[in-house]
Amino acid sequence: MKKPASLKDRATPFRQAHELGWRDFEPGFVLTEVASSRHYHTGDWRSKRPVWDTSRCIQCGVCWIYCPDAAVRRRPDGFFEADYDYCKGCGICARECVTQCIEMKDER
Amino acid sequence: MKSAIPKTVVVPPGHRRVGMEDSHAAALAVRQCNVDVVAAYPITPQTHIVEKLAEMVANGELDAEFVPVESEHSAMTVCVGAEAAGARTFTCTSSQGLILMSEVVYITSAMRLPCVMVLANRSLSGPLSIWCDHSDVMSIRDCGWIQTFAENGQEVYDLVFHAYRVAEMADVQTPVILNVDGFYLTHVVESLLVADQEVVDRYLPPYRPRHSLHPDRPVTMGAYGVPDLFTETKKAQDEALRATYPHIVRAWQEWGDLTGRHYHPVETYRTEGARVLLFTMGSIGQTAMVAVDTLREQGLPVGLVKLRLWRPFPHEDLRRAVAGAEHLLVLDRAVSFGGPGGPVASEVRSALYGQVDAPVVHDFIVGLAGRDVAVPDFEAMVREVLARKTAPRHEDYVIYGARE
Repeated sequence: MKKPASLKDRATPFRQAHELGWRDFEPGFVLTEVASSRHYHTGDWRSKRPVWDTSRCIQCGVCWIYCPDAAVRRRPDGFFEADYDYCKGCGICARECVTQCIEMKDER
Repeated sequence: MKSAIPKTVVVPPGHRRVGMEDSHAAALAVRQCNVDVVAAYPITPQTHIVEKLAEMVANGELDAEFVPVESEHSAMTVCVGAEAAGARTFTCTSSQGLILMSEVVYITSAMRLPCVMVLANRSLSGPLSIWCDHSDVMSIRDCGWIQTFAENGQEVYDLVFHAYRVAEMADVQTPVILNVDGFYLTHVVESLLVADQEVVDRYLPPYRPRHSLHPDRPVTMGAYGVPDLFTETKKAQDEALRATYPHIVRAWQEWGDLTGRHYHPVETYRTEGARVLLFTMGSIGQTAMVAVDTLREQGLPVGLVKLRLWRPFPHEDLRRAVAGAEHLLVLDRAVSFGGPGGPVASEVRSALYGQVDAPVVHDFIVGLAGRDVAVPDFEAMVREVLARKTAPRHEDYVIYGARE
């Protein structure tokens, strides 16, 4: 039996899902690549994006704690930003921000 | 093709002949397959199988985990987890238990986990019934498991080994449901040929899963299928189930070579020169053979076709088996309410659609909730078919014996 190609052979399974044929899966749709969900860029669901006003940010990290998708990360300078590959734009960070320094801006 | 019913009492090498309840024969076969995990919830008429397995585990005769789950949904779920970890598993249910577990039944096949289930066929409620018909299995007709039917205790015993042999083949990796008519088979004591363990060990190799859950070899099982992939996963599943057919046949051939007991996707009995063919699944085939003998003695050219393999459906074997007959009298043991006749007749009509000189299909729904279908009933149905002046339409069916 020809060994089916694994999802591992694809750099970005989600973005290129439409390129996969039915023979390309392991039996039972078993995924052999660890943490392959990284390739699933849920950020493209977003209709609004969080934008930080660092002049008012006190670096408390509440946004980082509350983000349900672990899509907020700390920059080397201590301020926070969203990883827009995965941020779905839910707005929880903006709602919880102590100084209200996060604005949800429309995606265009 | 000849009947699988042994005509002699000769004990073949590697066997002994014992009197045993068919349920206990099923349990014995599961034990001889040396399963690792049994998860099941007792429900009539499957109970004796589970009870016997629990006893075997408690007595140390079977080195397995017996998980006394709180529901059938959990039973199937435990099997999924255990299969994912690489264990050989068994479950067993009936009727309401099956439809409670049905959510996970579909997942098991989609994940290609080769679990084996014995389904002691019983009507679905309501009204409440514990007796045999095929409404339970028909409710999960499209669940993606390989589905076989047994006709007597010997077949129950033999087909358990076949189920594991096929399910775990590297090119199959698909779960198997073995249908066993409730009470007609589960609760009768028959004279059976029991194979020595050495015979079983020659037939059934140890289970080597392609993937299993292990911290050193992480994989994801049961992942989300995004819409861009879902259609392809279903195509893969369907192709895989269709591709099991030659392996199913090969595994029966191997068992036949070892034991002398041969099985086929479609089996026939006295079909030569038959104008009318009866078409059965399960234990009713035994009575049908007696009916064929009786009707032949009366000069009626009647034969019998028995379907052993329900999924993947053996279209070609069926067409070959019924070729030349004028009438095909299909006996359904379930109703497809408001649909095109019983589920079996619908499949048979589809298989024959557009075929030149195909027999006319007559659909009789019989034997609901264990109502007896005796030789005179077969005789009455055959005579009714022969007396019909016009062929029934594609969607016509009769619920036989229903009182006005």
